[in-house]
Formats: sequence, C-alpha cells, structure tokens
Amino acid sequence: MKNLINFFKRFLMLELFQGLSVTGKYFFARHITVEYPEEKTPQGSRFRGLHAQRRYPNGEERCIACKLCEAVCPALAIKIEVAEREDGSRRTTQYDIDLTKCIFCGFCEESCPVDAIVETRIFEYHGENRGDLYYTKDRLLAVGDANEAQIALDRAADAKYR
Amino acid sequence: MINIEIDGKKIQTESGSTVIEAAHQAGIAIPHFCYHKKLSIAANCRMCLVQVEKAPKPLPACATPVNEGMKVFTHSEQAVKAQKGVMEFLLVNHPLDCPICDQGGECMLQDMSVGYGNGHSRYHEEKRMVLSKDIGPLVSAEEMSRCINCTRCVRFGAEIGGQMELGQAFRGEHAEIMSFVSGTVDSELSGNMIDLCPVGALTSKPFRYKARSWELSRRRSVSAHDSLGSGLAVHTKDNRVLRVLPIENDAINECWLSDRDRFAYEGLSSEQRLTKPMIKQGGQWLEVDWQAALEFCANGLRQIAGGAGAEQIGALVTGNSTLEEMYLLQKLMRGMGSDNVDFRLRQSDFSADGKMQGAPWLGMSIADISKADRILIVGSFLRKDHPLLAARIRSAAKHGAQVSVIHSTDDDLLMKVANKTIVAPGALVDAMTQVAKSVASKQADGIAGSLVSGERVAVLLGNFAQQHPQAAQLQALAQQIAEATSGKFGFIGESANSVGGYLVNAIPAGNGLNAAAMLATPRKAYVLLNVEPELDCADAQQAIAAMQAADLVIAMSAYKHGATEYADVLLPIAPFTETSGTFVSSEGRVQSFNGSVKPLGEARPAWKVLRVLGNLLKVEGFDYETSQAVRDEAMQGLDVAAKLNNAVSGIEFKTAAVNGLQRVADVPIYATDAIVRRAVSLQATTDAAQPKAWLHSTELSKLGVQSGAQVKVAQGQDSALLEVAVDDGLPEGVVRVAAGHPMTAMLGAMFGTITVERA
Repeated sequence: MKNLINFFKRFLMLELFQGLSVTGKYFFARHITVEYPEEKTPQGSRFRGLHAQRRYPNGEERCIACKLCEAVCPALAIKIEVAEREDGSRRTTQYDIDLTKCIFCGFCEESCPVDAIVETRIFEYHGENRGDLYYTKDRLLAVGDANEAQIALDRAADAKYR
Repeated sequence: MINIEIDGKKIQTESGSTVIEAAHQAGIAIPHFCYHKKLSIAANCRMCLVQVEKAPKPLPACATPVNEGMKVFTHSEQAVKAQKGVMEFLLVNHPLDCPICDQGGECMLQDMSVGYGNGHSRYHEEKRMVLSKDIGPLVSAEEMSRCINCTRCVRFGAEIGGQMELGQAFRGEHAEIMSFVSGTVDSELSGNMIDLCPVGALTSKPFRYKARSWELSRRRSVSAHDSLGSGLAVHTKDNRVLRVLPIENDAINECWLSDRDRFAYEGLSSEQRLTKPMIKQGGQWLEVDWQAALEFCANGLRQIAGGAGAEQIGALVTGNSTLEEMYLLQKLMRGMGSDNVDFRLRQSDFSADGKMQGAPWLGMSIADISKADRILIVGSFLRKDHPLLAARIRSAAKHGAQVSVIHSTDDDLLMKVANKTIVAPGALVDAMTQVAKSVASKQADGIAGSLVSGERVAVLLGNFAQQHPQAAQLQALAQQIAEATSGKFGFIGESANSVGGYLVNAIPAGNGLNAAAMLATPRKAYVLLNVEPELDCADAQQAIAAMQAADLVIAMSAYKHGATEYADVLLPIAPFTETSGTFVSSEGRVQSFNGSVKPLGEARPAWKVLRVLGNLLKVEGFDYETSQAVRDEAMQGLDVAAKLNNAVSGIEFKTAAVNGLQRVADVPIYATDAIVRRAVSLQATTDAAQPKAWLHSTELSKLGVQSGAQVKVAQGQDSALLEVAVDDGLPEGVVRVAAGHPMTAMLGAMFGTITVERA
C-alpha cells in the first residue's frame, strides 16, 4: 500500500509542483530588492556615516579642542594636537580621523559638547590608497561645509531626544 | 581619645580634631573644597555640611570639633540635601564650560558636581564675571570667573609661603581674589597654589593648553635641583615632559614643591639641547657618530696619560649628577691612574678633607627640623637655596621654635627671626667664635642665650657657609656649638647628590687634586660631566683660563653651552628625567628612579657613555648591563647611616686678612644648575632678574653714585658692568654680586676682594 502511494506521488510530480508554488508566489509578489546604485534605501536622521567637522554660521569652527572624542574613541582612531590660538582660546592644530580604524560607533558625536564632530549620512566614499581614508581637519571641515544644511536638519530632528 | 560615631561606624579620635579629620582617618569621604589638611580652617565653601545628632542645623565638618559620643551622618537625607544645595549655589556663578577649562578632568568641582549636582541648571540669570589678571609667568589667573572663593591660595601664601601676595577683596558677590598693588606673585613656592586651587581659576601658565590630564603618563622621579630629594611625579606625553607635580611625602616635601622643582622641566626641551656627539676640528664643530667621538676621547686621554702622565687629567662633575655617574667617573679616573676627581665645584676651602670622620650631611632627618625648638642658620640664602626647607623652618618658627641667623646678607626669610648677626664674609668666623664662646659660658642673651635655653637645638650650615674660604672652621665651630647645647649640626647641602658624591668617593682620596686645585694648577686634560665651568665653579675666571689652556677638554653635557669655546669633544648625555639613577638627599635618603622619557636625539645616559669609555680605555670592571648593577657595586658593603658623620677634628684656626670691598656671592635661585638656567618661564620671574651690585648706602655715597647707575665691578683682570642698588641689610664693606649668571661669569672667586668703580 505504501509503495502504491509513493508510486502515484512520483508519477504525478506532486512535490515538484509544491516547490514551484513557492517560486510562483514570490514571482508575482512585490519586489523588495533595492537596485543599488540606481535606487537607495531611506536613511534615518541618526545615520552614522562619514564624519564631518562643523562651523558656526559666522565661519568660526566649532571644535574647542576639549579632546573628549579622542578620549572616548574605542578604536583610537582620532588624533588631536592642540595649541593656544592668538585670541587665547584652545584650538586644534591637528584633528585626524583614521577611517580604517573607525568603527562608526558614534561616541565621538555623542561626547562632543559643541556638536563639532558629527557623522553625516554620507556612506559612499572610497580611497584608492590607504592614506585616502585618513581624514585630516581640512577634509573634515570641507565635508561639513558641503553638507551643513543636511547636518543641521538632522541635528534639529533629533534634538528633542538628546 | 574621644569616641564618636560617623555613619554608624565607631571611631576613636584625638580630642581637638575636627569631624572631617576623624572621617578621613576612618576612610569616610566628606565632600569639601576650602578645607586642606595643611592649611588653616576657613569653613567658607560650606560643601562639607553634615548632620550631627541633636544639632538643629547641618554643621560644617571641617570646623566642628569632635565631642565625646557625637553621632555624625554624612549621607543622611538632611546632609545630602544641604550638600546638594551648596553645590547648586557654587554652580550659580561658576561657568559650565568644563570642556574649555584647563582643569577639566582633574577638577574637584567637576568631580563633586557629578555626585552632588543636578543634570540641569535652574539658574538662567546673568553670571558673575571676574576679569583675568596677570600675576606672573608661572601661575595663570586667566580664568578668575571660575573662582569659588575658597581662599586656599590666600591661606597658602600667608601660612606656608610666608607672604600674602594674593588676597580677597570686596564682599559678597563682588568678592574676588587679586594680587596687591605690585601685581605679581613672586613667591618661590607659588606653584603650589595651582595644585591647591580646586577649580580652574589658578592654573599652570607653562602647561596651559598643552595637554589634558588623562593623556599624561605619570612617572616617579626625584628632584635634581636641591638637596631635599623631593618626590616628583613627572607627567609625560609623546616622549616629552609636559609638567611636574609633587609626590606627597610628609618626611620630605610634604605635599609641596618649590617652583624650581616644578617648572625646571621646561629646560629639558630647550633648543640648546645637545643631540649629537660633536668634535672640534680646525676650529669647526662637526657632528659625528658615537663611535668616532668616543674613540677620539679615548685616544686623547690615552695620549695625555702616556705622555704627560695620568695626573695631568682632571675630572669635574656637578653635585646633581646621579650616584652611578659619579661612581663610574671616579672609577674611570682611578682606573687610568689619576686621583683628580671632584664634585664640590663651588667649594673653596678643602682643609677639612681627611679630617672628617665621614660624609657631611644634614646631621638630622628633615622631619627632625620641624621638631627642633632652637634653630641656628649659618651662611644660607635659605629661601632661595632651599625653598621647601625654608617653609619647614617657617612652620617650626610659627610653632614656637626660635630661629637665629648668622650670615652676610639680611634677606627677608619671611619668618620670625629671634636673633641675627649680619657680618662681612671675612668676619663670619669671628661671629661664630663669639657665639661658641658665649654658648660655652652659658650666656643668656643674643643667639647664644637662645640656643642655651633650648632642648632640641639644630645648627644648619648653608651653601654660603660651605662655599666660604674658612668653611672648615665654620664646621668646627658649629660642632662646638652643637656639642655645648647637646644639639645637632649639619650641612643643608648644595645639590641633589652632595652626600652621594662623598659616598662613592667622587672626591680626591690620596694626593689627588680637589676641584679648586685642579683649576688653580691647570691640567692638560679635563673631563667635564654636566659642568658649565664658568657658571658652576667657585672661581669662574680661573675655571675658564684652565679650560682654555688645556689640550683636551671632554664636555659631557645635555646642552650646547660655553664649552663650545674651549672644548674639543661634546658628548650629549641625558638629564635626570631621561636616565635611571640614584640621588642621596642631604638627610641620607637613597632614592633611585627610572628614566621618565627616552633620551632626546642621540643623547645617551652618562653611565652608558662612561661604561663604553671605560671599555675603550681598557679599564677593568666596566661590564655593567644596567644602572642598577652600577648602583649595587657602588653601594656594596656601604652602610649609609654609618658613613654619614659631620664630626671634624684638628682644624687649624687662622685669621684671614681681607682688604677693601669683599664680595658676597649668592647663586640665584634660578641659576643653580644647567636645566634650571634654561627653563624659560622661571627665567622670566623677578627672581631671575639680571644681577646687580648691591651695596650698603654708606658705601654707595662713598662711591658717589646713585642707585640705578651703572658701575664697573672688577675682580682679577676682568670686569662686569652692572647696575648698582642699595641694600641696607648688607654689612658695610661688602658688595653682593651674584655668581652663576652669564653677566658675572667673567668675574673671579665667589669670595674675596672686589672693586667697584663708577662706569
């Protein structure tokens, strides 16, 4: 009897159609694959991408060289050198982030008392040499200058939770 | 003893102590700002409020004496509410910008506000603003708005420093700390105010914005600048010394540090640092490698030892070189067959050599000085030579000790001096003899009377007495006085390793020449270790002449200095922060330390240089692997305590006739050694001002010049142009001209006759 049932199952290819029904279901279902780079997923305001240094609207750089980000960085990716500026304020003479070390945890941004170092929504960047991913102060400020509008919007959106 | 209870813990404490002292004794923390164990009680910050049973209101723990059966609660609801309230009031006017502040990370207020402050401020009105002040090159008062008016700095100045240079002016919200009319804080202990300030109001000016406290590595070291042996915490970053703080030790420096110990580190990164071995060829200095430089030295020394004889080689070393360096230098010299080695460069009387029973030392422990009830200070610029010892004697004087002074200048010691005898250097022995006679006959007035009436007498011979041309006689007289009063006597000691030099025999033993003789009868070759002859020797003129006449001068130094004029080889060696070593302080405390940072450039620890030099010269027993091995060999079978002995016998008393004006030479506080001389901020202080020719006003009128005029001060064949100034504390017939300064380095002996003419 058992043999007979097995014979009909095989003869009518029942299991094959069962399997194909799964394929068929997804064939007509709504596609969820994002066709990167033509299409992109939406990003939240807390997205932690490429770092940027910000300035105040009057052009003054925000960073006060308190070194909290350097101290909190778990990957030791930040290197800061400090000197007194002519006006008597403490300012960085060197502010480097080694993105090959960075683990994008966002602690630097969280520790910053003046919102100077931030992580932007930018994640599409690359380097052809190792040194290309070593972001110096100038490069970080340039990223900030180019994206200040978006950065400010994101900080504003998140302000009430901070 | 009194029984009290703090937080349910039963504690026995001495009657008369305060609640906060009892709590700290039992390991219970009570938050506080204005209280400091070494300062008087102000009770003005109110942070230490605690609840006391049966007291209607919280009481300040720092100002509440303990009572039998007292029950104290430091963390009860009432206490914590009071503490939080006080914290909120303190933060009303304190700027909330810790990330900008230089004290951030090591701030008492920051730490306490984590425990007792709110996350958010309820205060939205305008904050008090206090203008910044310039109070000198060492202490920064840039951020006086941060001050919480605890008055620790004011109390330190008045109580420990001996002069109140900062005070609190105005009242209530307008109260602010400011200096008096003169404007600057000139105390030689001013740096301690930086440590005392619980907030970022007073910070270190040289260290300002250099680093954050958490970035620094802390290394233990020992001060190389005076004979006290103060413990240093050397803070380094990226192989550079960025600041120096005290290591607390009640037996030595308590919790203080003199400005010289604290700020001398700037000299370590001076631009004058020598970083490569150099050889002079054809009048030109060439940078060479170590091999070439050392072979040049070895060949030169071998030639002179083989030709003119080894006794034509002389070695001079400063008293702040490490024990290991001194030991290896004397071993090298004796290995070559020369006995000419000495570290007592500013001493001029060596007649006690061979008549002493051991190494001269303080004669007591530093802590003993606090217990003495009669102190006689002979020939010492105490405040400038030994700032922390001065502070200790000041506190002894405050607690009832009678301080007497025999000296040639009447500098203000900032303490109550019971008796003083100020005489010209030539009359110093007479003055001491008088005291010794009066003490023997138990006379009841003056210095002798004060000493006779005491129970614990201490007679201290300062640098001036040790450098005096009749130093041995002064020593013998001090011994007589100490014996007659059953007291102790000793030498304060000029430099960090003055005792160590004697222990390892860095002095001529047999028929070798001492430091003065080596320069008076010029040698053909000199080996200089850390020495700048024109600044470190008793007779600068003679030293320079000897150096210029020599065929070979090997200068081992951390700096490019005057030696470039006359030396043939410059070997870069490491200062004390870059080498391991040992200092023996004047009280005989043997303290070893490790290097805090790596040697700069190609500089090497001097013990390694001497080791290789020993190998090249084929002297036996130069196979050390570590400086510890050197120390172990040097200290082998050495009972330091037994070796320390000031007793002297068989000193001949003769009167030295001095004609004309006598020179009184002090070594200014910031000119004592090579590192200090290159510390930029110290050199900007008033204590480092250009030397003047100080005269009594009658001498000045004899000369017929006004104070402030230029005069020609001459000794031997050379002269210096100096500004003349009046000091009526000086005896007549003397002129005070500092030594150890480039402006007076062409003059002759630190003692003796000197002429002053109108320029």
